[in-house]
Amino acid sequence: MSDLFHTPLHDLHLALGAKMVPFAGYAMPVQYPMGVMQEHLQTRSKAGLFDVSHMGQVIITGADYQAVATALESLIPIDILGLDQDRQRYGFFTNDVGGILDDLMLANRGDHIFMVVNAGCKADDIAHMKANLNGVSVSEITDRALLALQGPAAEAVLSALNPKAASMRFMDVATLSLAGAECWVSRSGYTGEDGYEISVPAAQAIALAQELLAHPDVAPIGLGARDSLRLEGGLCLYGHDIDAETTPIQASLNWAIQKVRRNGGDRMGGFPGADVILAELKHGAATKRVGLLPEGRAPMREGVPLFAQADDETAIGKITSGGFGPTVEAPIAMGYLPAEHAIEGAKVYGELRGKRLPLTLTSLPFTPANFKR
Amino acid sequence: MKFTEEHEWLRPEGDIVVVGITEHATTQLGDIVFVELPEVGTVVTKDEEVVVIESVKAASDITAPIDGEIVEVNTALADNPGLANEDAVGAGWFFKIKPSDPSQLDSLMDEAAYNSLIA
Repeated sequence: MSDLFHTPLHDLHLALGAKMVPFAGYAMPVQYPMGVMQEHLQTRSKAGLFDVSHMGQVIITGADYQAVATALESLIPIDILGLDQDRQRYGFFTNDVGGILDDLMLANRGDHIFMVVNAGCKADDIAHMKANLNGVSVSEITDRALLALQGPAAEAVLSALNPKAASMRFMDVATLSLAGAECWVSRSGYTGEDGYEISVPAAQAIALAQELLAHPDVAPIGLGARDSLRLEGGLCLYGHDIDAETTPIQASLNWAIQKVRRNGGDRMGGFPGADVILAELKHGAATKRVGLLPEGRAPMREGVPLFAQADDETAIGKITSGGFGPTVEAPIAMGYLPAEHAIEGAKVYGELRGKRLPLTLTSLPFTPANFKR
Repeated sequence: MKFTEEHEWLRPEGDIVVVGITEHATTQLGDIVFVELPEVGTVVTKDEEVVVIESVKAASDITAPIDGEIVEVNTALADNPGLANEDAVGAGWFFKIKPSDPSQLDSLMDEAAYNSLIA
């Protein structure tokens, strides 16, 4: 793993006994001695600390916020101009056929936008913005780590370091001094739990992480539990549940596209693939991302083909993420099905080791979101 | 007790052999959430896939360590697959096999050889 990038927390992961794996070009902790199952349950019941420094942190500046927001709205189909200062919003870059190039979080930081993008896409995202946006400057932040503190105890833990953390609502952003470091904090995450994402100067990252881990309710959590937590939370993983071939409407992410960018809105369209996405918003998409509960205990993972009937020859869809949900205590999955089959409560069949086993379509998320709105 | 390179243990009990996977294997696999066992009465040949183990992370196959007939499976694993993590060489056993050629056991590793394999 010598050719892999190290995050600023690398030495801490090794000291904590993490099992390191390559992920998007980085050596990342997939689990700690606690194990994926306990790490998952720890995050749901108390709090977990994740190193997500592999993700891209990007600052986009221009004449003022309006100029930056206007430019970005030409690539992202969400309401960026209408985002209040110190607020964050989920979005995605689309391509000319309405597919998703990457999904992201962006925040109105007063005079600029702070964006967090997927590790595997960050180079392409930055090149995409630089090639297509005029009058703005796009800079990757490479001297800061990114931590996520997630779980019902996250507020109490972070408030002990700075009481202002408690007054933040879901999707608020703020600059907070934490353990002596100037941190860019958002109240958000990727677990379905309340929590924070914390951008911290690289040189102070280990000290902050150690301070957070010193709290009895906090344990370090690896990528393994991050995946099972986000799956239970019904959250998409780029490159699996969404990609350049899937549109936001197929991905059931309609909620992320505000009215002002939709048909009849003041700033309708004006983003790549708008014709496809606006038509799907109006008439519905041919396929939909759905939640699936396999019957029995056998997990059905990514790639499992789905059939309308147990003895059908032709698959109608496939699973894009699947595994065991430690909180649900059962296997869970997400996948794509033709719209006419995407009916809650309906049954489809997945082929697992030559057998066709039933799955029931269910609403997402699998575990109720626990956000402080 | 005998061991395979696939991290199975075999414990002869009279004319049958109890089979499971080692603690080293269950530690590597992580939390086991599902075990698919063969049907009693199945006749298996060495290296044939007989058990599927799903951990939180991934699915793995376990092959038959010797030729023989499956005479009993550990049904407790259906409700509590975590037994394989908690007590790998005890309550977490997978199946009992009646060897068709008991001499096959002789070619398997003893504990010392297995311990040096995983060292």
